[in-house]
Amino acid sequence: MAKKQVVSTTINGQQEEFLCEPRQTLLEVLRDVLDMTGTKEGCSNGNCGACTVLLNGRPIDSCLVLAVEVEGAEIETIEGVAPAGGLHPLQTAFLEQAALQCGICTPGFIMQAKALLEQKPNPTEREIRFYLAGNLCRCTGYDKIVRAVQQAATAQQEVQV
Amino acid sequence: MRPFEYASPETEAEAADLLADHDGNTAVLAGGTDLLTLLKRDLVTPQRVVDLKTVPSLVGVTPDIDGVRIGALTPLDELQQNPLLAGYQSLLDAIDGIRSVQIQSMGTVGGDLCHLPNCWYFRSGHGLLAMENGESLVETGENRYHAILGNHGPAKFVSASRFAPGLISLGARVRIAGPGADDAETIPLEYFYITPRTERQGVTILRPGQFITHILLPSAAGIQSATYDVLASEGLDWPLVSAAAGVQVEGGLVRDCRIVLGHAAPVPWIAHEAARLLTGRPLNEETAAAAGAAAVAAATPLSRNGYKVQMAAVAVKRALLKATGQLEGGL
Ligand SMILES: Cc1cc2nc3c(=O)[nH]c(=O)nc-3n(C[C@H](O)[C@H](O)[C@H](O)COP(=O)(O)OP(=O)(O)OC[C@H]3O[C@@H](n4cnc5c(N)ncnc54)[C@H](O)[C@@H]3O)c2cc1C
Ligand code: FES
Ligand code: FES
Repeated sequence: MAKKQVVSTTINGQQEEFLCEPRQTLLEVLRDVLDMTGTKEGCSNGNCGACTVLLNGRPIDSCLVLAVEVEGAEIETIEGVAPAGGLHPLQTAFLEQAALQCGICTPGFIMQAKALLEQKPNPTEREIRFYLAGNLCRCTGYDKIVRAVQQAATAQQEVQV
Repeated sequence: MRPFEYASPETEAEAADLLADHDGNTAVLAGGTDLLTLLKRDLVTPQRVVDLKTVPSLVGVTPDIDGVRIGALTPLDELQQNPLLAGYQSLLDAIDGIRSVQIQSMGTVGGDLCHLPNCWYFRSGHGLLAMENGESLVETGENRYHAILGNHGPAKFVSASRFAPGLISLGARVRIAGPGADDAETIPLEYFYITPRTERQGVTILRPGQFITHILLPSAAGIQSATYDVLASEGLDWPLVSAAAGVQVEGGLVRDCRIVLGHAAPVPWIAHEAARLLTGRPLNEETAAAAGAAAVAAATPLSRNGYKVQMAAVAVKRALLKATGQLEGGL
């Protein structure tokens, strides 16, 4: 009944076209059609945030978006975060603060934290915790993640000064 | 997920036409935060999914003759930041309670109002009424989170909408469009909800092909309002029970008030007795507590949810005190 559809979108600054069925989620297409497996699947129902990507600059759970919905949109995934040959300040901070263990939640946290720092370059600890509340981590206990985001915020501000 | 067609209309009329096809076996897609889960579990199986986010007239908040008009597709975080909604505290309190930025940036107000129950029997495929061999599974089963009011019929679930209580306390109306391109009507939000007696009736008056286009709020001038949620934890979850209050005080006495319980009955539950009791009296700790007691006087808890009765009474008291700036100390 439902035919495949062509969807054109921009992913990490690059024009992409893909073919998908209306019932496929953005998460499925990123991972299984476009081979961009950096975005993770945890719960598949909006609870864990492992699948967070930015859709037109706004953080969303890609497991709850149909791929056909992103026609004409701009998407940012973890694959586009690091500058060529280097790391994003959030990535450096996550490593230095040991803010990950198994790592399945990390791409989601980094995308969510990136959206936060774009809106609020100097967030308070409370703001960080609130903004990351839709991302779950079973390993770290969150403190190290919060510290990593604080470190990245400071690092980004120093670069700008 | 089963296969379905996807459509992204640009106008309300086009949306109405697309939703009316397939004998109305179609589904509205708003933020998708619940619809995708319903689709994944085959709890809804439409032939076509119609994405309303692509209809510009359904998104955004605009001033109206005497109040504001909220597009049903407006995302929750936009509502939170919109200066036109600054006086509508009971709505803003409810949005604050959704503790996930992702869900706030995806979810919409219309999607919240039409959210199907979170009842675990419904969610695991037993239907809205969860009947088996003519008996309610809820009545004797795991009913901790079920209704304490309005539960005499076969429906024992609680209304899932987080915003309906606050919006009703502010006198909101909803504009409904479809099934034909020219059909539209506006009704008070409290009349939008029904307690089904049969599986097919659903939880709202929406007929196949109909959808909410806008929510209309009268001016908030002179209304003090608040929503008070009782949560099991600080995280991402629905309240165990909530209460919203919209109060008009004149010369130290309550002139008019609306008190609405959420997650307590199959519909947002208007506590008329509590409002009557307060009218003409000062609003203080004592009268607020009396209103709370009145709101649950007719409660008929199930086998495992008696605890919700006291919680609902306290939620009413605190919503009233919060609305009028009298709630002190720890919430
Ligand atoms: C993980 C998770 C956690 C959540 N936590 C909370 C929480 O803590 N507290 C809380 O209160 N809520 C919570 N929510 C609920 C969330 O706020 C709602 O799911 C959201 O507001 C629904 O909006 P939506 O636009 O995504 O709806 P959709 O999923 O798009 O739609 C929901 C339903 O309404 C129908 N519908 C949507 N719009 C219309 C319309 N305009 N007219 C007619 N029918 C329509 C759809 O067909 C569907 O059946 C949570 C959701 C998730 C996924
Ligand atoms: S996989 Fe999307 S929120 Fe968990
Ligand atoms: S590092 Fe394992 S879930 Fe976060």
